[in-house]
Amino acid sequence: MTALIELSAFNKRFGDTTVLRDVDLQVQEGEVVVILGPSGCGKSTLLRCLNGLEEGHSGHLTFAGQSLDARTDWRLIRQQVGMVFQSYHLFPHMSVLDNILLGPLRVQKRHPVEARAQAEALLARVGLADKRDAYPRELSGGQQQRIAIVRALCMNPKVMLFDEVTAALDPEMVKEVLEVILDLAEGGMTLLIVTHEMAFARAVADRILFMDGGRIAEQNDPESFFSAPQTARAQQFLERFSYVENMPKRKAS
Amino acid sequence: MASSGLDLLWVSAPQLLTGAGRTLGISAWAIVISSLGGFVYGILRNLGKPWLDRVLRVYLELFRAIPVLVWLYLFFFGLPIFLGVSIPAFWCAVLVLSLWGASEVGEVVRGALRSLPRGQREAGLAIGLGTVELYGRVLLPQALKRLTPPVINVYTRLIKTSSLAVLIGVVDITKVGQQIIERTYESVLIYGFLFLFFFFVCYPLSAASRVLERRWSH
Repeated sequence: MTALIELSAFNKRFGDTTVLRDVDLQVQEGEVVVILGPSGCGKSTLLRCLNGLEEGHSGHLTFAGQSLDARTDWRLIRQQVGMVFQSYHLFPHMSVLDNILLGPLRVQKRHPVEARAQAEALLARVGLADKRDAYPRELSGGQQQRIAIVRALCMNPKVMLFDEVTAALDPEMVKEVLEVILDLAEGGMTLLIVTHEMAFARAVADRILFMDGGRIAEQNDPESFFSAPQTARAQQFLERFSYVENMPKRKAS
Repeated sequence: MASSGLDLLWVSAPQLLTGAGRTLGISAWAIVISSLGGFVYGILRNLGKPWLDRVLRVYLELFRAIPVLVWLYLFFFGLPIFLGVSIPAFWCAVLVLSLWGASEVGEVVRGALRSLPRGQREAGLAIGLGTVELYGRVLLPQALKRLTPPVINVYTRLIKTSSLAVLIGVVDITKVGQQIIERTYESVLIYGFLFLFFFFVCYPLSAASRVLERRWSH
């Protein structure tokens, strides 16, 4: 079986700084890959290269068997690669439904009745059916992010990219967004997720990818990665997180 | 005195109307063309193509650095000499004001587009929008609020600057006023009339821009 996404010897530079070095990666259909790593390690850039928001300098990228480069018509690829951003980026001048339907109607030229039915079904799935006529400014961060997920899903993508989608949310809203992603994973959708939510990563991932300095430093199934990380860098990274989780109490209780 | 003043305005009305028509005609054409040109300029400056940026920068700086009057002379007297093309004074004024206005409107449009969060562009691209839909449905509708008040101010400047057309021989309302003064020596009355004319054309525009700015500020 061929991989849905395949990167080989993939490099990306910003000016003189190399952000991705010799990345080799294969993602199978239906696989959930969580990418971890310290900030600036290239996680987000990796996702952004997969839908052409950034362009690689060398190496190969194929999607569903098609080789992608600067001459690719990225508009076609982007319809199959949904992306959700840290700060949602809903279009503030459009209602929820218009936000969701812009792509299906204007890009995919789908039938309005059919597209609208799908949009409403997806809204119901994320528990926001009653918000379809609201404007983004009337919604909480968690609600906006769930709408942003629906906006990407309504294009019927083959894969979804999540770029730190809970990082800008208040803690009590993180759960509602993670549950939606978990639901997608259980439904068999191919997912690439960049996150700092370790417990979530462990729960949702088929495979953990640990990146450092633009390289894939380590990859493993979640249990092995979290219980016995292979590289010193990954151990260090995980210790920092477990320090926060097991923060010593200041007052003896 | 008052009645003779009104009589004079009444008698001169056809002449004044023709002049007003020319002033408003030049202004209206210049407003329409500089708006279209300005949007094209603003979008082109936003595409991030270095060579295009350089060309448009030269255009911008030329119209910023050289007075409109000099451009008027250059087009009106220069074109026949250098290119053998002569343009009627009215259209020459429209052309120069449009080129100048487009650079002003264009900078406003460019600034408004740049001030939008970068994520709006990326979110649009991520759902597969092409350049036309991206600008037409996502970026420009959002930029419109920010650019309308300053663009209206460019319009009022265009209307006022149109009076320079006198100097290449267009008989606009300012020139008509001068002609009447030469005949009747009623300078206070006629200049007073011109004052009110420009005020009542431009004031509603700048008032509208202030209202829009306040209404859209939140």
